[in-house]
Amino acid sequence: MTETLLVYAIIPFIKIAVIVLILSGAIAYLTLLERKLVAHIQVRLGPMRVGWHGLLQPIADGLKFILKEDIIPSKADALVFTIAPAISLIPAFVVFSVVPFGPPEMFEGLLRWSLGWFFDSATVESVAQNTLASGGFITDINIAVLFVLSVSSVGILGIILGGWASNSKYPLLGALRSSAQMVSYEVALGFSIIGVLLVAGSLSLVEIVQNQEKAHLWYVFVQPVAFALFFICGMAETNRLPFDLPEAETELVGGFHTEYSGFRFSLYFLAEYANMITISAVAVTLFWGGWLRPFPNVSWLAFLGLIPPVLWFLIKVFLFLYIFIWIRGTLPRFRFDQLMRYGWKVFLPVALGNVIVSAGVLLAFL
Amino acid sequence: MGLIENRMEKNIVTTTVDSVFNWARKSSLWPMTFGLACCAIEMMATGASRFDIDRFGAGIFRPSPRQSDLIIIAGTVTLKMAEVIQRLYDQMPDPKWVISMGACSSVGGPFDTYSTLQGVDKVIPVDVYIPGCPPRPEALLYGLMRLQDKIDRMTIAKKEEQLQAN
Repeated sequence: MTETLLVYAIIPFIKIAVIVLILSGAIAYLTLLERKLVAHIQVRLGPMRVGWHGLLQPIADGLKFILKEDIIPSKADALVFTIAPAISLIPAFVVFSVVPFGPPEMFEGLLRWSLGWFFDSATVESVAQNTLASGGFITDINIAVLFVLSVSSVGILGIILGGWASNSKYPLLGALRSSAQMVSYEVALGFSIIGVLLVAGSLSLVEIVQNQEKAHLWYVFVQPVAFALFFICGMAETNRLPFDLPEAETELVGGFHTEYSGFRFSLYFLAEYANMITISAVAVTLFWGGWLRPFPNVSWLAFLGLIPPVLWFLIKVFLFLYIFIWIRGTLPRFRFDQLMRYGWKVFLPVALGNVIVSAGVLLAFL
Repeated sequence: MGLIENRMEKNIVTTTVDSVFNWARKSSLWPMTFGLACCAIEMMATGASRFDIDRFGAGIFRPSPRQSDLIIIAGTVTLKMAEVIQRLYDQMPDPKWVISMGACSSVGGPFDTYSTLQGVDKVIPVDVYIPGCPPRPEALLYGLMRLQDKIDRMTIAKKEEQLQAN
């Protein structure tokens, strides 16, 4: 009884609380990182006055948003207008319930030590042996990749509903654009993941990372085309430059969130950054070996193992976020017809070709 | 200005809340992307390198009035534009501030004609006037700092006049 309660309720709840807290902080400071990096790309300094080198800037921004007036336009659909930002933000967090940030035995020692104070050794042992409690993930389900794809596509609904409920022309245009863009790029995104699934032979994200360790190879070296497609389509899915047409401010004022003010707007803002982190984490897990150190099987590089696995995971995710911001500071925005042409005439055929070639090679040689 | 300003009794709680609230408001003054004439060029220069208004946390120019805290009236206000400015101001969420940048928007400047509004304060309340034709970016930054000082004086406690009126 105690064991069931610990494994299925208490320990997962603690993990969820910690991850939600860390993720919220990471999102807030990602906005600062973006402002600083883009500023330095443009030979500026970025926030300097609010805290040391602008370190308190995200806190000031968040507090200001809470203090702002919350406007609901009189012609808007008040209920949908209110819940749409939450629909956009929550899926980005939910995806993290299946993304592994450490190996399955990550918390074994910590659990043995902490539970040892309260419970008898048999209970402690069985809890510590259970990967659900001791693993570096909230849960490990055998359809994790499908779960990630389906949950992250719910987030798009928040954008479409928000644009529709505002009852104003620019948000509606932004929402239409985003639905067209996301439907187009989600197809190619899904096909690019199939390449990895063919090699890995599993839909569980934990198992995919373990298989990369067994294969002595990160899957980016096996499936480079799939990775490039995943990264580009991921950028389109998160509405980042050069694919930020849904909120193109020079044409659409603010896009789908034109009518949103105060804290509701900041929820959309957070959702975009949360999606960036999610896409980076999934890309790292599928293609860059998740929590594994570089060259996990080369023995003379064993000193790299001194850095714990969870830190390797964070370093890789950080590199991806850096590239996201770097691209934002470098590239201009696509035109809408260019976006559609690339989505349907370039990325989708290449993704399909990649699936067929990978399957053929696997069938012929393995 | 806002809903809770000048409503409470003055005590240690209100002063602490004031300092935190005012710090957040003045550290994150997002201006609207809104330029009218040549002053707007100086405003853009203020956002670019060498001057960089983002150092003060005021560098995110929002395209939508719903998401901005500050409107910089940068240029000549024609009578046609005056209506639009009034509507944009009404669309901004409280608390909101206005900087009138340059001689034209402050008093009409050289354009004492049938088509020009003689000062934007005839349609919306202005917090800080910046002289110059056009003002240099340093002047806009100084105006922003003066606005920050003004925000620092906001309080949720009742003011002296209100107390005496009671």
